[in-house]
Amino acid sequence: MIIKVIALNTFKEAVRDRILYLLLFFAAVSILFSRVLALLTVGDRTKIVKDVGLASISLFGALMAILIGTGLVYKEIEKRTIFTLISKPIRRHEFLLGKFFGLALTLFVMLLSMSVIFLALVFFQTWTIEWRMLAAIFFIFVELILLTAVAILFSCFSTPILSSLFALSFYLIGHFSWSLETLIKKARPGATRTFLQALYTILPDLENFSLKTEVVHGLPIPVSHMLYSTAYGIVYSAFILALAILIFRKRDFI
Amino acid sequence: MKTVLSIENIHKSFSVGFIPQKKEILQGITFSVAEGEIFGYLGPNGAGKTTTLKCVLGLIFPDKGTIELFGRPHLDPRAKERLGFLPENPYFYDYLTAREFLEFYGQLFGIKRHEREARIAALLKLVGMEKAAGLQLRKFSRGMLQRIGLAQALINEPSLVLLDEPLGGLDPLGRKEIRDVIIHLREEGKTVFLSSHILQDIEMICDRVAIIVGGRIMSQGRLADLISERILFTEVTISGVEEKELAGLGESLTAQAGRTLLKVFEEDKVQDILELVQKRHGRIHSLIPRTQTLEDLFVDMVRPQ
Repeated sequence: MIIKVIALNTFKEAVRDRILYLLLFFAAVSILFSRVLALLTVGDRTKIVKDVGLASISLFGALMAILIGTGLVYKEIEKRTIFTLISKPIRRHEFLLGKFFGLALTLFVMLLSMSVIFLALVFFQTWTIEWRMLAAIFFIFVELILLTAVAILFSCFSTPILSSLFALSFYLIGHFSWSLETLIKKARPGATRTFLQALYTILPDLENFSLKTEVVHGLPIPVSHMLYSTAYGIVYSAFILALAILIFRKRDFI
Repeated sequence: MKTVLSIENIHKSFSVGFIPQKKEILQGITFSVAEGEIFGYLGPNGAGKTTTLKCVLGLIFPDKGTIELFGRPHLDPRAKERLGFLPENPYFYDYLTAREFLEFYGQLFGIKRHEREARIAALLKLVGMEKAAGLQLRKFSRGMLQRIGLAQALINEPSLVLLDEPLGGLDPLGRKEIRDVIIHLREEGKTVFLSSHILQDIEMICDRVAIIVGGRIMSQGRLADLISERILFTEVTISGVEEKELAGLGESLTAQAGRTLLKVFEEDKVQDILELVQKRHGRIHSLIPRTQTLEDLFVDMVRPQ
């Protein structure tokens, strides 16, 4: 109940923030721009629309999660609004989870808005809607949930600028960590390989959530991959949130 | 009388500076607040008033000592259900309107919609903010924020209300109104804990006080017990008497428009002055005996620090 109240208030806070609409505007421009790019391309124009459209949704969604998420907890402490909140009968983890679900709800609404523009664009191009595109958007949402948890974790102990940098690094590393897998295959068994394997286990692999290639090129999407990616997203987010709660529980609000 | 808040030997230190050095802010604070009283927590800036309050509210964790609210550990949500708090310089969600703001806190306490609406209407009336109910808090002045802050502190009909500098930054009329609300709370049987460095306010409304200086409680008790009834000096304003004739009778403070203000320390001398004025056919404009005030007591305690 308390988590729901805080989540709805966080949602209210986020949707009254101008930065959200600025990002949404640029996302819309970027998605629509894919149509212009498609005109300039030789070959299957729909592929370009799908490729650029999904990439825009993912990127702008990530920016929303990071730029709003990193300020959520920090602002409460900095503006001292947390003083009155903690004095009420709420536990600290309820506060943090409320913030998390509030931002998740905001991102859901934003993702829905971006998807409507994207799907309309594809629909007017092909006169069909593929369920695979919806699956791709769903996994973007799972990725955004994970990024929200990361942004909130950094927000618990660091300023918004630093947190944004950390979260952005997490996003970039997450999208390139798959290359470690290739490196592991090439490395000889031994210390180096074990180290690389350990690194690959710890680092997030956000490419798990990207179905862009499959959607654009019409490749099959195995159900097992979808189940694995969903579970991966949930477990990773839960782990990050648990870490955030652990830090937040013992914090002094001076 | 039941104890609603009991603080037992709490210590708190913070690490400050680039090379962290421990600074002890609270050095063994002990006091208790009884049900139904207005308790004044008095101290100069930086004495540790707000730090004590933050410990009570669970915003910071004391290094040592225990805090009990209504006989329960202070972090127990059941204890916090009966608590109201107004922070110093209230900062609230400025994107909310006054009504939404109270609605939000009401929901946190799980108050049912029907009752919530009734309480919000009553509280807006109590703090005189009915007209601003639909206005976003970012458009509020300092005094308006203080009032709406007080309203949020009362949303759960608390038994104990903690107010941190509730009268700071208000104009005289605003202060009187908030003071009236505090007295009204006591009449309703609520306990009020008032932290302030404005002596006048504490003196006017508090039943009992604790004075904190440098992280230690220097004195606590009923106001009447702390301040002695002995007359310290008498202030006499007279006219029609030459100033040199008054030499030796008292300390002459000002002499304007033929009136002389004298500070007289011995009671016999007051009599002498009265006789002298009568003899010279002068006039006595005022005669005010001054007993010890809270300010005198406070200054005595703070000065050695």
